[in-house]
Amino acid sequence: MFDPNSFRKDFPMLRSGKMMQGKPLVWLDNASTTFKPDSVVAAITRYYTSETSNSHRGDYDLCYDMDMEVLNARKAVADFIGAETKEIVFTSGTTGSINLLAYGYGAKYLKKGDEILITEAEHASNVLPWYRVEEMTGCKVNFIPLTKEGRLTAENLEKAITPNTKLVCVAHVTNVLGFIAPIKELARIAHKHGALICVDGAQSVPHLKTDVKNLDVDFLSFSGHKLCGPTGIGVLYGKYSLLSAMDPFMTGGGMNAKFDMCGDASYLEPPARFEAGTQHLAGIIGLHAAIDYLNYVGIDNISAYEEELKKYAVEKLAATGAVTIYNATSEAGIVAFNVNGVFAQDAATYLNSQGIACRSGQHCAKILTDFLGTVATVRASFYFYTTKEEIDRLVEAVAKCKGEYLNAYFN
Amino acid sequence: MPTSIELTPEIMREIIMDHYSSPRHKSNPDQEGYQSTHSSSVNCIDDIDVFLKINANGVVEDARWNGVACAISTASSDILCDLLIGKTKAEAENVIAQYEHMIHEEEYDASVLDEALAFMNTSKQAARIHCATIGWDAAEKILEGENDGK
Repeated sequence: MFDPNSFRKDFPMLRSGKMMQGKPLVWLDNASTTFKPDSVVAAITRYYTSETSNSHRGDYDLCYDMDMEVLNARKAVADFIGAETKEIVFTSGTTGSINLLAYGYGAKYLKKGDEILITEAEHASNVLPWYRVEEMTGCKVNFIPLTKEGRLTAENLEKAITPNTKLVCVAHVTNVLGFIAPIKELARIAHKHGALICVDGAQSVPHLKTDVKNLDVDFLSFSGHKLCGPTGIGVLYGKYSLLSAMDPFMTGGGMNAKFDMCGDASYLEPPARFEAGTQHLAGIIGLHAAIDYLNYVGIDNISAYEEELKKYAVEKLAATGAVTIYNATSEAGIVAFNVNGVFAQDAATYLNSQGIACRSGQHCAKILTDFLGTVATVRASFYFYTTKEEIDRLVEAVAKCKGEYLNAYFN
Repeated sequence: MPTSIELTPEIMREIIMDHYSSPRHKSNPDQEGYQSTHSSSVNCIDDIDVFLKINANGVVEDARWNGVACAISTASSDILCDLLIGKTKAEAENVIAQYEHMIHEEEYDASVLDEALAFMNTSKQAARIHCATIGWDAAEKILEGENDGK
């Protein structure tokens, strides 16, 4: 039996009696970011208090040790997603990873007449970089239709894909609705048609066993801070042959093999080619600690427990009769809902007044008309340290919300 | 409090709910002669336009707003329109200035704010201060001469 309380004691934000609006904090915005265990905080502190050094080409022990730390972190990340160490590029986060991919691969290889396929459920960070590639190259960004439910299926990709499709860029788990995409199937279809598949793993890697070789994805992007790691550090995985064919997005120190003042430069092989400038070393060490922590909790335990939480939350929220739930059937620990008769932002403000951190959000026009029928929803998202008691607090607040929501401004 | 009636939380809540459930000025202009500005925020969902019709004598003849808005931004924008209609530009600017002072917990002249006093506690929900001022900021920009010409 999975017990979140056996892990909550490791998290300063959870054990410290943190209050919000005078009430014990209930953190249900884990799709946005996650709390950090002691081991991650300690790893970051260790870098700043006893291991400070730059990496690369050190002539002294501290620097050599740092190179080893970075290498070990890269290896831990690689093992975590079933990749090879040299296929792991450190970035600033998912957004940084996708931009690197868009500029380093998309802008280099795509041309007029080519097509990039995305879906209407993508996060802005998996839409806007591709729009930039469209602007730069004259290629076209098109959308794979989703099912009525909001799900991306293999059938729909098969119908949408054309001989012009070069990239299929989709989230493994969507950030609003929390559907798990059949990535292995999608990868097979993309490859059959000569396209590459680029997966946004921001909402999946922290929650779901991800094996890039088994899934056969070409690229995978994810963030450290959504899996108990520091902000400002993320990962781009790429098949090594593809990384080798990519241009750097940024140039500078640490990524060049040699250069002269006549304008000639040659770049290092991946992953160093993509890591210009001093890296976020504390972040890399912190990310390593976060991955160790997730391995200790067990990624399969996390998935199973979150599925249980999702079912529990949907059942309890529905039983209040006060809400509309937009993604009751999706697998991930994300519930998108509205309190009937209360604008999403007002509901989220009321939840704040009850100490509950949820996010209200507006969704792009197409999604809202096709699938949700509303301009905005409240999103509650869980992690392995979320308890059923916390969901009960949410349910209790939601049940009272319509009658009381303006009290947030008066009591 | 320098108003004729005591503003209890219940009355403030009623004022806000009243303007939220049946806003009087939420519509696009149906004739020429309006100046407009757009107001939105990266931090919230609210996204509205404000329209003012200012006549040759510098008097606000009509005020309207429209867009996607929560209870606080709906009610505050609607009350703003109530307050601005019939005011000279200078009077309108003063009303907005006093309201801004109130929202930011500074000294203010309550005598010009009427129903807008219902928002005196907005600062309890710091994340929503913007909702209480979104329409007011837009109106202020029009009074300063901006016009999107919608």
